Order: sequence, then structure tokens, then C-alpha cells
Amino acid sequence: MELLNTIFVAPFIDMFSAPDFLIQVLWEGFVSGILYALLALGFVLIFKASGVFNFAQGIMVVFAALTLVGVYALLQSLGLSPAFAAWISLFLTIGVMGILALSIERVVLRKLVNQPDIILFMATIGLTYFLIGFGELVFGGEPQKMIASELGIPSGSTSFDVFSGVVILEHADITAAIVAAVLVVCLGFFFSKTRIGRALRAVADDHQAALSVGISLNQIWVIVWFAAGIVALATGIMWGAKSDVSFALQIIALKALPVLVLGGFTSIPGAIVGGLIIGFGEKIFEIYWGGLIGGGTESWFAYVIALVFLLFRPQGLFGEKIIDRI
Amino acid sequence: MKKLIKIGAAVACLTTAVAATAPAYAEDVLYIPSLSYRTGPFAGGGTPNANGFADYFNMLNERDGGIGGVKIMLEECETGYSSKKGVECYESTKGKGALVYNPLSTGITLQLIPKAPVDKIPILSMGYGLSATAIGEKFPWTFNYPTTYWNQLSSILKYADSKGGLKGKKVGFIYLDVGYGKEPIPLLEILAKKMGFTITKYPVGVKEMQAQSSTWLKVRKDRPDWMIMWGWGAMNSTAVKEAAKIRFPLDRFIGNWWSGAHADMRPVGEAAKGYMAANFSGIGTSFPALQDVIKYVVDKGKSQVKSKDLVGDVLYNRGLFNAVVVAEAIRAAQKATGKKAITGADMRVGLETFKLTKERLKELGLEGFTAPIIASCKDHEGAGPVFIQQWDGKDWKRISDLIPPMNDIVRPLLEEAAAKYVADKPGWKTQTCK
Amino acid sequence: MFYRETGQFKTSYEADSAVFPILQDRIGIMIMLVIAFVAVPLLGNDFFLNTMMIPFLIFTLAAIGLNILTGYTGQISLGSGAFMGVGAYACYKMATFFPEVNLIVLVLVSGFFSAIVGMFFGLPSLRIKGFYLVVTTLAAQFFLTWSFNHIGWLYNYNDSGAIDNLPRKLFNIWISGPNASPVTNYLVVLCIVLVMTWIASNLVRGRIGRSWMMIRDMDIAAELMGVRPLYAKLSAFAVSSFYCGVAGAMMVFFWLGSAEVESFDENQSFLILFMVILGGLGSIMGSYMGAAFIVILPVLLRAAPEFFGLSVNPTNMEHYSTMIIGALIIFFLIVEPHGLARLWQIAKEKLRTWPFPYS
Repeated sequence: MELLNTIFVAPFIDMFSAPDFLIQVLWEGFVSGILYALLALGFVLIFKASGVFNFAQGIMVVFAALTLVGVYALLQSLGLSPAFAAWISLFLTIGVMGILALSIERVVLRKLVNQPDIILFMATIGLTYFLIGFGELVFGGEPQKMIASELGIPSGSTSFDVFSGVVILEHADITAAIVAAVLVVCLGFFFSKTRIGRALRAVADDHQAALSVGISLNQIWVIVWFAAGIVALATGIMWGAKSDVSFALQIIALKALPVLVLGGFTSIPGAIVGGLIIGFGEKIFEIYWGGLIGGGTESWFAYVIALVFLLFRPQGLFGEKIIDRI
Repeated sequence: MKKLIKIGAAVACLTTAVAATAPAYAEDVLYIPSLSYRTGPFAGGGTPNANGFADYFNMLNERDGGIGGVKIMLEECETGYSSKKGVECYESTKGKGALVYNPLSTGITLQLIPKAPVDKIPILSMGYGLSATAIGEKFPWTFNYPTTYWNQLSSILKYADSKGGLKGKKVGFIYLDVGYGKEPIPLLEILAKKMGFTITKYPVGVKEMQAQSSTWLKVRKDRPDWMIMWGWGAMNSTAVKEAAKIRFPLDRFIGNWWSGAHADMRPVGEAAKGYMAANFSGIGTSFPALQDVIKYVVDKGKSQVKSKDLVGDVLYNRGLFNAVVVAEAIRAAQKATGKKAITGADMRVGLETFKLTKERLKELGLEGFTAPIIASCKDHEGAGPVFIQQWDGKDWKRISDLIPPMNDIVRPLLEEAAAKYVADKPGWKTQTCK
Repeated sequence: MFYRETGQFKTSYEADSAVFPILQDRIGIMIMLVIAFVAVPLLGNDFFLNTMMIPFLIFTLAAIGLNILTGYTGQISLGSGAFMGVGAYACYKMATFFPEVNLIVLVLVSGFFSAIVGMFFGLPSLRIKGFYLVVTTLAAQFFLTWSFNHIGWLYNYNDSGAIDNLPRKLFNIWISGPNASPVTNYLVVLCIVLVMTWIASNLVRGRIGRSWMMIRDMDIAAELMGVRPLYAKLSAFAVSSFYCGVAGAMMVFFWLGSAEVESFDENQSFLILFMVILGGLGSIMGSYMGAAFIVILPVLLRAAPEFFGLSVNPTNMEHYSTMIIGALIIFFLIVEPHGLARLWQIAKEKLRTWPFPYS
């Protein structure tokens, strides 16, 4: 009885006795959910267009963020003003992501056309390792400070008094939410309204049919990897503004996998909703139940939720029904 | 195909050659392996420490021609703070006549403790490692001068106690969820009962180091009066940032000596103002020895340090202090054995007999750098005092006197822990001290 | 010239389907065994044994385990590191409970615990495969490592949170603990690995192995032909985890001496997967080659500059070795998806006709 009480009753009493705190928890969940969603978005883009599950998305986030910081430091040493240098380095980084996309397509993807998905997946694991080594060689292994204020991301926080308590909203978090929303809208527009977007969807539906009506697969792949690179850059900036940029982020990026299982591998809204579910769920479970079993549950909670979900709805919330089911 | 065979043959040759030629260094060199980490999530802490460690020995080589006329040879091996790689480094360097190991990782130290007596190479885990190794009778080959985690914790608690008393208060303990962070918990639990406060533990996994928002939400929920941190690497700056975010009073937040480095607080800057940390090594370059390091090593471009400003950082000086202790022990060993080129076993004698008195510190050009250490066979830690430093937004400022630990309480507990460690290891070699 | 099968006639079915049907192969394997059992212990120094041979053998066993699952049954897993951990912790617990039982028995028994856990996390494979299975095995990976860290009972509430090997004797010789000589450790590991390799090679050639491969090649067809997916998949998970578990227990007791959770993290799982990919999916021989490659490459890279008299920062060397491993994975997937084992096979075929290409 005691046990049932601590599991099923006490946490809820906790929640409603301090509603301001609950709102804070939900907000934090929302913020991390947004970041998971951004990560997952990068995966979805590539998966939709090429059927490749891009394991390297996480390291691309780190790589993009580190390039940004590195280029900035370089420009700064040439004597440019901070804000100017920051924006120039942003554009240069976008260029670097473009080159990365191009070279990945040329060196890896083009050579692996028609291979089973799992081979492509493993190739992206190889790519991850390569980029880890390369990134550490160029930028060093130490955590770097993101150039958030130079890019005009506001710091500081606003607090509201609600329910005789206080809720603190970080400005950087609010910016992250807005950026994520804008990115999703842009990508949605890009996919549905532009010519390239339609071509992308065609490729996603059927490679051969798309080829037969004259869509260049290679070109599409470069574009998609480039788009994923830009999403990675945005994720890296937002995440970096919250904490430093370091290679540890690459592991957090694996969380995108359970997000995708929840949301479906091919759905952009699914990535968002999945990210938010994981974000909220993780935080609430850790805060109100985590203490019962020793805490630190965030490392596995998302995966276990995904595992349970897989048993009941393997295609995800918004995914297409055609999946590897047995 | 032929190419492949050729490459294969070349690799095979190289393998055998490498395996056959793990050379032992010439007799007249003091060979010290440095298990450092300049990559990975903990590089922020590992790099300055490794720099300070290396630069002091380089300075001795340049200025004095080594120790007792014998040059010091330092070899770095990258561990990435991984205990597995640490053991690899250990295995690959021990055959070269290594004098002492300073792994700068509790995890690696734990792996090496049982190996030390067999290979007859002492371990100096300076201010980290297993606290119980302070008991020299049980751990003849392991040292942790100037003091252990457990004694440090008691000093920190003493400080907190002096600021308004701990009785009936709530203390939060946030720690890196690896061997290092868990190490002081047994003592914390005992002292909580003795001093009458309650503790709440907040583990932070290595992978969550940079995503601590839920940890700090829990802190906000529990509202502890004090927070004590056992953090390392990227964890420290994130923790202080998050603490500032939930508006936890930072002058109620104390880190241990691995959580109070310049590298951690510089990225946080003003936001970290008020945060405190324990320390046992001096800050800054106002010591003659450090001036010598700058003169003989850094200015000549023989240091790996990225800029001169980083000399004198907390962790740089920590690494340098580690080198000082090693150098002193070498001197003591040379004196005790009459040999110039010593072995690991001689080094052990040195580590048990060196005396880093106030006068000696002055001679070394480190007056006031740290508290004196008198080595002994029984006591492998010295139970040295620590001081508390505070971040003023730009730099660390020392704000307290030296706080001696509660050794009378801690020592018996250490004895107990050491006995427990040895109990399930048949054939463990102990020593008796006079 | 020397390597050909001319004149070797098989007179029985057994001889025809032997593991090494060609005389030269049998001689070759004999020579290898002599080298492994006599030359290496006699000539190898501690460094060679401890940083190359012992980890090579231990990882070979883990790679064979993962190869059974991924290479033979087609179920990709990123949880092998955690399954190694299950073996290690099980062995540690048993060694503290039953101090008088022979350690080698305990190491082997700990594999069963790993097998049970592996089977449990293999259950979702009955419904899903591919990337989806990657997610469930990652769940196993993260959940198990969390348990190793948070359940104090598993590490006997040690202050350090790490498990260490307990010194044990066999026939009055130290086989684990710091007093055990690397040569003893090496020989114990070698025997276990060889015996288990022999078992694995017979398993995959037998009825159960063929059912695994049928599931891999086409699960529906396999089911129609009477292979029960439930039985085949779960047995693959069980056998695979058993091998990983034994490897993990050996890692702690015969190699590292003690282990923290970090020794069983997802990087470990990735490394084992790399060994399988580089060595060759679905090849026991490949597991040896892949493990040798991944274990020895970093050691070589670290030693190579010194050997050639160059001075390269050890930190950079670490980065180069990560980059090279990554690049090689891509290279092999593009050029030879069947890995080193396939290259070996090609070499042998060429050798048969050498020096006359058309004979």
C-alpha cells in the first residue's frame, strides 16, 4: 500500500501542490523536446529522400557548431567586429556544410547506391567516427563557448509570478522555440510548394519512378544532406547557447532515434510531436518518479518508451504503414 | 591484390617490430609516464593539468639539468579519461622503467591500485583516487598527498558549518556519476548523522553532463540550504550556469578542488560570481618557481600551453604541484638509496620519506603555495588542509584560511574502508610501519 | 604451387564437409596453433600480451557473438557492450558468493545470465527488425549500463562503484588478479576462445545455424519451410549474448583487472560492430581478423611515429586513429562489404592457381 502510494499518489500530489514548479518542469520539457525535435528533423529529411538512416546527424550538429565557433575565432583574430564576424562565420559555416554534403554524396552515397539500407546505415556510423576524429583534430577536444550573444541570441531570463510561485523562462530557450518553429514552417513550405520540394517527395515515394521522370537522384541527395546540415547548424547553435559545444552532444543526438520511433521515420510533424513527447515525458518522469529508483533515468527513459511503443504501433504516430514488420 | 598482400606484410612486420621493441630507457634517465587527456569531454581539465605537470619537469631539465644531475624524461600517453585506455597506457609504459604513475583519473587509479605492488611502481593519485589508500600499511604502493577526498569533504563541511551551522540543514550533493563522484558518499552519509544534517544526492551521468536541467529542477524542488559538487570537465560550468538559472544562491554552492578551475568558470563569466570551490594549490604566477617555468619553458616555446595567460591557472598549478611532489620524492629516493637513476621501488621509499616543509617550499620558490607535506610510511595522504576560493566574475580569489580536515573522525573510517578493500583479496601485500 | 588440392580425394561425406577440407589448411592451422600456444608465450613480452594478444582474443569472442546475431541471423544490435557487462557483473557477483568455485567455470556460467538478459531484449525482434531493432538494442544498452551504475548490489556497494577482479588460483597458479602473469592470462583466454570458436563454427554449420541464415536471407520463406522464427531468433540472441557475456567476464577477470560502467558503454558496442563489419559479416574467421584489426591498429598507430623517428603529438595520433577507423569502415562497405574475410578468401583462391593463372 505504501509502495502504491509513493508510485501512484504522491507524485501527483507533488505536482498539484506546487503548480508553478510543474509549469517550470513542463517548460523545461518543452525546451528539450524542441531540441530533440530539431535533431530528429535532420534525420527525417535524409530518411525521407534517400531512405538512409543518418547516424551521423549528431556529429554533424557538433561539427557545424564547432566550425561556426572556429571560423568566428579566426575572423575575430583578423580584427573584425564581433557581430559582423559572427554573421560572416555563420554564412561560411553554411558553406562548409554544403561542401560536406557534396563530398558525402560523392564519396559515400554515390558508391553505395542500391545497397541494403543497413549497409548505408553502417556507412553513416563510419562517417560519424571519421567526423569525430576530424573535428577533434581541427578544433580540439575541449568544450567551446557558443557565440550566442554575438549572433544576437538574447541571454538572461524573464520570470513570471504564477500560483504564488515563480516560473523562469530563459530568453535563449524562447529563441530556440521560435527558431525551431520557423525552421519547420520553412521546411514545410519548401517541401510542399517548391519544385525541388516536389522532386524530393517524388524521390521519397519511389526512387525509380522519380528517376524515370528526369529527377537527378544525386542532386536531390546533395540538397537533402545540405538541408540536414543547416538544420544541424541551427540545432548546434541553440544547444550550444544552453551549454557549451562539445563532443558529448553527439551522444544526446542518439535520442533522436526514440523520437523517430514515436513520430514515424518519414513525418516532419511526427518528429516535432515525438520530440515533445519525449521531452515532456523524460522530465516529468525524472522529476517526480526518478528519485524512487535512484535518479538519472533520462539516459534510458526515451528508449524504453520507444521500445514499448514499438510493440504496439511500430509505424509511429504519423508514419507510413509500410515498414519492416514481420 | 598484390598491393594488399604487400601492405599486409608491411603491417605484420611493423607489428612484430613494435612488439619486440618496447625499449627500456637508458639507465641515466628518470622516466615518468604522464597519463594525460587532451581530448574528450574532460579535456578542459586534463589539458592544463598535463601542461603544468610537463612544464615543471621541463623547467627542471632546462634550469638544473634534471634532478640530481639526471635528466627527466616525460612521456605522455593519451587516455581520454577512459579507464580502459588508461590501462593500455600503463601496460605500454611500465616496461620502460616508469618511476611513478599519476593518472589524473579516479577510474584509472582504481584499475592500477592492484597492479602497483606486482609491478613495483608506485601510484601518486594527488588529491583523487581511492581515499582508503591513505592507509599506508594496507596500501604500500599508493599515495594521495596532500589529502584525500574524504578529508577534503570534511573540510568543506567544516567551512559550511562555520557559515551559520549545518545542524538541521539540508545539503545537496551533486556528483559526476562515476567512481570519482561516488567515492566520498560513504563519508557524507556518516558525517550527516554526526553533524545533524540531511543529504540529497543528485547524480549526473557523463552523458547528461551538459544537459542538467532536470537535476537542477529537482534541486529547485528540494530547496537544499547548501550544494556541494564533485564535478569534472564540462559538468562544472553547466552546473554553475544551471544553478544561476534557478537562482540558487551561488555563495551556498561549493565545489571540490576539481570543480574550481579557471577553464570551468571563464565561459560562465559574470554569471558564476559567488561560486566557491576548495583548493590546495596556489593561484597565479606570483611564485618564483612559476616565474622560472615561464622563463625557461613557456617563453622558449617548449610548452604545449596555448597562451601565456593560462600559466598560473588553478589546474595548471595543480599539475605543477603534482610534479613538485614527484620531484621531491625523487630527490628523497636518491638520497635514501645513494643511486642517481632510481627505480620504481626506490621511488616508493622516496614517496614515504620526502619532507616538503615550509622552508623547503621557500627554497623551491613556492612559499605559501600550499601547506607543508611530511610523508610517512603510515600516512600516505598527510591529511592536509584546503582553502576555499571564490569566483569574482573574472578570477578566483582565496577567501578563507587553510581549513584542516576532521582527521580524527575520518581516519578511523579510512582504516575501516581499507580493511574492507583488502578483505576479499587473498594474497594482498601489506606492510608494517614502525 | 604449394597451396592446391590436387590429389586430395574425399572418400566420405564427413571428410568433404570438414572445416578445413584441404591438407595445407590443416597444416596452416596447426602452425598457427603452435605459434599461439608456444611461440607467443615464450617470445612475447608483457606489453605484447597485455595490449595486443589478450584484448584481441577477448574482442574476437565478443565479435563472434555479435556476428552470430548480425552476420548470421541478420539482426543488427548495438547492445553488445551492455551484454558484455552483464557477463562481467554476473561473474563478479558469483565470484564473491562462491569463492571456492573454479573461476573458469564461473566465467562460463556468467554467459548464461547474459544469454537470459539478451533473450529478454531480443523479444521485440519477433515483431520488428532493421532500424527499429537498433532502437530496442540501444534501449538495452542504456538501461543496462544505468542499472550497473545505480544498483549498488551489483558492485557489492564498493565505494568506487567499480568491480574488480578477485584473485583466484587454478592448480595453485594465479589465473586472475594482479599476481597472475600475463602469460597465464593469455593461455586461459586462448583456451576458452578457441573452444568457443570451435563450438560456434559447428553451431553455424549445423541445423540451428542454417535456420539462422534462413531467417536472415528471407524470413517469410524460412517460416514457410518450417523454421520457427521465435525459436531461431531467440536462440540467436541467446547464443550471441552468451558469447558477449563470457567475453565481458574475461575482460574484467583476465585483462583489465577492474571495470567501471564506462567499459561497457555504447562505444564498446560500436567497436564490436566495427569488428564484425570490417572482418566480414557472417564469418567466424572474419571476427578474428576484424578484432585484430581494431585492437592492433590504434596500438600500431601510436607506436608507428616513434618507430619511424617522427614526433607526432599522442593526442593527434588518437584522432588519426579514429578517423582512419571511420574511413576504413566506409571504404570496406563500398569496396568489399564482406570484409577482410572475403579478401582472405580471394587471396586463397589466387594462391591456388599461382603462379600459373590459367592452370
